[in-house]
Amino acid sequence: MSVKVDLKVTPDKYLPHRYAGASGDFNPIHIDPDFARQVGLPSNILHGLYSMAQVARACTHAAGGDPRSLRRLSVQFRGMGVPEQEIRVTGKERESRDGAVVVELVAEQGDNQIIRNAEAELAIE
Amino acid sequence: MPVNADAKGKTYPAYEYEVGKEKIREYAHAVGEENPVHFDREQARAAGFRDIPAPPMFAVVYSAGAVGPAVLDPEVGMNFAMMVHGGQEFVWGEPVCAGDTITTDTSVKDIYEKDGRGYYIFESVSRNQDGQQVVRGTWTNIVRGV
Repeated sequence: MSVKVDLKVTPDKYLPHRYAGASGDFNPIHIDPDFARQVGLPSNILHGLYSMAQVARACTHAAGGDPRSLRRLSVQFRGMGVPEQEIRVTGKERESRDGAVVVELVAEQGDNQIIRNAEAELAIE
Repeated sequence: MPVNADAKGKTYPAYEYEVGKEKIREYAHAVGEENPVHFDREQARAAGFRDIPAPPMFAVVYSAGAVGPAVLDPEVGMNFAMMVHGGQEFVWGEPVCAGDTITTDTSVKDIYEKDGRGYYIFESVSRNQDGQQVVRGTWTNIVRGV
């Protein structure tokens, strides 16, 4: 059986504030829309590592939910993610070896790829 | 101006982090984890964990205090105005559970220039109180216009 990853999540307006508290990253570009606009951003932007956590969650979900199933995840951050827009994480199996599958993934908001060239190694029972 | 790679190979003092059940709960809620093993000790033990396990990406929480000083190190000398977090990799080992003490060592793995951009690669290795490796992180920062 081939592993397919497909997860949709819409971070609400205050998600970056909760993630800042949970992660300890209070960079104002993530939590202060006025500051973000002053430095040329459209608004406050999502933490890249929050978006990576959505890719990780999509992977463990596809593998049956066990957090131990995710052995490795590498990502490249590209376009900036924003709150209040749906993130869609999709991925498909590239190869399978030694009880693990390698999955290639992207995370997008509409046409904007916020994570690309992601690769995960999942242990599959 | 070429990038200054003198800091390549530099290591930083180990950073210790005590993992708490409520911090795992806060983090798991923030990223949308729904698996009850992250919230309920009985369910965690029934699933074979020593205690409540952290979601894999909780690695950023216990690593941040170790990697931060390396990223901010003037000897590394990144121009923060032109810097983006370009890439990230984690390779997981033994699960991290509530009650663990995680020690993280950080080093500057590589500094190089490519196509007018500076690449600054940091590596963090985290182990638990029994010496088991729980994660290895590779943090890639890219500085434009070097």
